[in-house]
Amino acid sequence: MSTRDLFTLRNSHFRTGVGITAAILVVTAIAGFIVLPFAQPWVQFAGVWDAICSAAGVPQRAASVTAPEQAKRLSEVVLTSNTLSRPSQEAIGRGATLAQRCAICHGPTGVSRADSPNLAGQYAAVIYKELHDFRSGARTNAVMSPFAVNLTDQEIADLSNYYAYLPRLPAYHPTPQLPKPNIVIYGAPMRGIAPCGACHGSLDNKTGSPWLEGQSEAYMKAQLHAFASGERRNDISQQMRNIARAMTPQEIEQAAAYYASQPPDVVKAVD
Amino acid sequence: MLVNRKLILAHFWLAFAVFGVALTLGAWQMFIRSPIGTWLSNPELYYRSLTAHGTVMGYVFPTLVAMAFGYAISESALQQRLVGVRWAWAGFWLIVAGSIMAVIPIALGRASVLYTFYPPLIGNVFYYLGVVLVVVGSWIWVALMSVNLRVWRKANPGAPVPLAMFANVAGSYLWAWTAVGAALELLLQIIPVAAGLKATIDAGLARIFFSWTLHAIVYFWLMPTYIAYYTIVPRAIGGRVYSDSMARIAFILFLVVSMPIGMHHTFADPQVGAGFKFIHSAFTALVALPTLLTVFTICASVEIAARLRGGRGMFGWIGALPWDNPMMLALAFSFVMLGFGGAGGLINMSYQLDASIHNTQWITGHFHLIFGGAIVIMYFAIAYDLWPHLTGRELIDIRLIRTQLWLWFIGMIVTTFPWHWVGILGMPRRMAYFDFGDPAIAPQALSVTLSAIGGFILLASGIMFIVILARGMRAPQIDAGPYRFALAVHQPTTVPVALNTHALWVALMIGLTLTNYGYPILNLALSSGTSVPAVYVGAQ
Ligand code: HEM
Ligand SMILES: [Cu+2]
Repeated sequence: MSTRDLFTLRNSHFRTGVGITAAILVVTAIAGFIVLPFAQPWVQFAGVWDAICSAAGVPQRAASVTAPEQAKRLSEVVLTSNTLSRPSQEAIGRGATLAQRCAICHGPTGVSRADSPNLAGQYAAVIYKELHDFRSGARTNAVMSPFAVNLTDQEIADLSNYYAYLPRLPAYHPTPQLPKPNIVIYGAPMRGIAPCGACHGSLDNKTGSPWLEGQSEAYMKAQLHAFASGERRNDISQQMRNIARAMTPQEIEQAAAYYASQPPDVVKAVD
Repeated sequence: MLVNRKLILAHFWLAFAVFGVALTLGAWQMFIRSPIGTWLSNPELYYRSLTAHGTVMGYVFPTLVAMAFGYAISESALQQRLVGVRWAWAGFWLIVAGSIMAVIPIALGRASVLYTFYPPLIGNVFYYLGVVLVVVGSWIWVALMSVNLRVWRKANPGAPVPLAMFANVAGSYLWAWTAVGAALELLLQIIPVAAGLKATIDAGLARIFFSWTLHAIVYFWLMPTYIAYYTIVPRAIGGRVYSDSMARIAFILFLVVSMPIGMHHTFADPQVGAGFKFIHSAFTALVALPTLLTVFTICASVEIAARLRGGRGMFGWIGALPWDNPMMLALAFSFVMLGFGGAGGLINMSYQLDASIHNTQWITGHFHLIFGGAIVIMYFAIAYDLWPHLTGRELIDIRLIRTQLWLWFIGMIVTTFPWHWVGILGMPRRMAYFDFGDPAIAPQALSVTLSAIGGFILLASGIMFIVILARGMRAPQIDAGPYRFALAVHQPTTVPVALNTHALWVALMIGLTLTNYGYPILNLALSSGTSVPAVYVGAQ
């Protein structure tokens, strides 16, 4: 016996097998591509072909609808874990020169004496994203924005590389180290809050999330409140706004106080 | 005639060793996220464990069992020495190498991507390469099964292929084709990104490729179990297979309709058109058919055994069954779990109901009941049945075997029923931590605790299983005689060519894959702007 006797219409198994399979396919296709689309009275189709294309998932542009105008700018930065991962010595050198203008607020060693963020040893991708956002207007700040608007892409990259290169120094006013609060290591699963530490260090680091150890407590609290109120909105896909909105004022206090009290060498241990 | 016993035993032992490790991790996972364990404060460790557990239980363990059983079937059903023994050993060592290669990055926390890969999350490239090696090793087995059947056909032109071998080869073809989906995902999409050649990935397309593998792999896991139902159980309890043709039709149907239905795993995905979801859903309904045929045929075969033992009456024969026979016990437990699991499956396969349990603990409860329960308990039975023939020694602890099977059954019910329940209440799956102090989920603490206790019962049963087999290696020697498979009531003398070969059904399987997957895959592959940046595990 050979397959020659099998793949022929004379073979009843072939006829039935192929026939039934094809029939089921045709019936389900008619149901799925024609009957069911039209069974949804709230969707309008131009014709049968339009219904079939829609059910097949052919990419379509909704004809008359224009994208809603965004009232405020959102971040347009795309970060990957390779962003600025291999800086050259020249880039760092150029960044050092540019950074002289930043020193007045962020400190000559990248550690702030006011409540501006410390930048020494911050991840390059983080500084890169924030500078882009300040430049585009996705993030605004009366003091910072004017510095950013005139930066070129090259200058932003150089500054990011320079600050990432600086050693991580202890905060200017170190406080006694506090124990980890629940919000940092557990989050609050029932309110959809992942642990802060899952992205910002302590547990794990995710691309684009700054490490926070030793940052100014007042600064972090202000940012969390700004995220919660929607005043700050340059977080991609509302990652931080969703979290900050769900946090209680007390959790905001705890998280800010905890991170402010940590020495930056904790960061070195994990990355 | 079992000649290459060492080969078969090596596969079984490797399978059960990795199973033991993964089972321990499973029990630990249950414990750590239940109210009785204290939270470890590091979800990453949980996901490491989960990746190892899923990779072993999903890819390595069932594949090795299918291979071991397949080699045993080929030699004993065809009464023919295995052709290509060296290749078989090569396949085995590929799986060993692949498993080691995959487990190292997992243990180091560089590949906590879970066994479904989850792109755009990308782990260490060696994890994926290890999985590829495991699959390649198993493809050698597929080729050998085909070659051995061909050699036998040459020597026995026109003779009916023994049912066990017919089904075994059908299972191997199913695996060969269904693994292609994940292989394409790994080779074309994930590995180039993991190796640093590309930085973006089309996650939607990857999910479609994975769904190509994900459904039929379930039927590949199931094949040894179904083969045991048809060809071991009736013999072991003194009955006969009710219908040889019905059995063949069931395996053929699995080949044809378990492939083109995988998109029922992507009901919630936006990148797949609703029409294709409907077709896949309709074909999914068809896949119940071979299982219903099987339940019917096996119940009839068991009834034959009971009546041969003097059972009478409409249901009175049930009492006449050899309930102290481990095989009988395993079959009954397996059917009960298959029944409950199948009922749950009806919910998963319907578009609207699925929305309420999608990505909840219901799903994990469901597949543990079907896979860990109905399927794996028959893996145990297969091992018990084959062991004396492989070792030449008797398994003397029949009572211990019965206890082990009972514990597995009870453990699985205790684990999975509350697991389903919390899923209905909305508890998400793949979460490392739950705060049971929160009033919103405090009432679920009891159910999750029960599940964890069930997990420890399962662990105890698993350890007993391994101990029984290990003791069987040192028991008194016996002559177990030749290994036989069940005979049918009407043992076939001639079989129509369509029911004796696989070509037509393989052609239909591939054809339906093209009709049901072709457009969705091409659509995404050819559209631009469908890729997203990769997210590397552990990278800042
Ligand atoms: C002691 C018995 C077992 C326990 C307690 C257990 C527990 C678990 C747990 C807790 C998960 C993770 C669920 C989640 O977080 O979403 C899981 C996943 C899984 N288990 Fe088990 N398991 C056991 C046995 C088995 C068996 C026997 C199999 C199959 C042979 C199996 C296959 C799987 C698979 C494939 C996954 C999916 C992994 C993933 O989602 O990435 N398990 N198991
Ligand atoms: Cu499926």
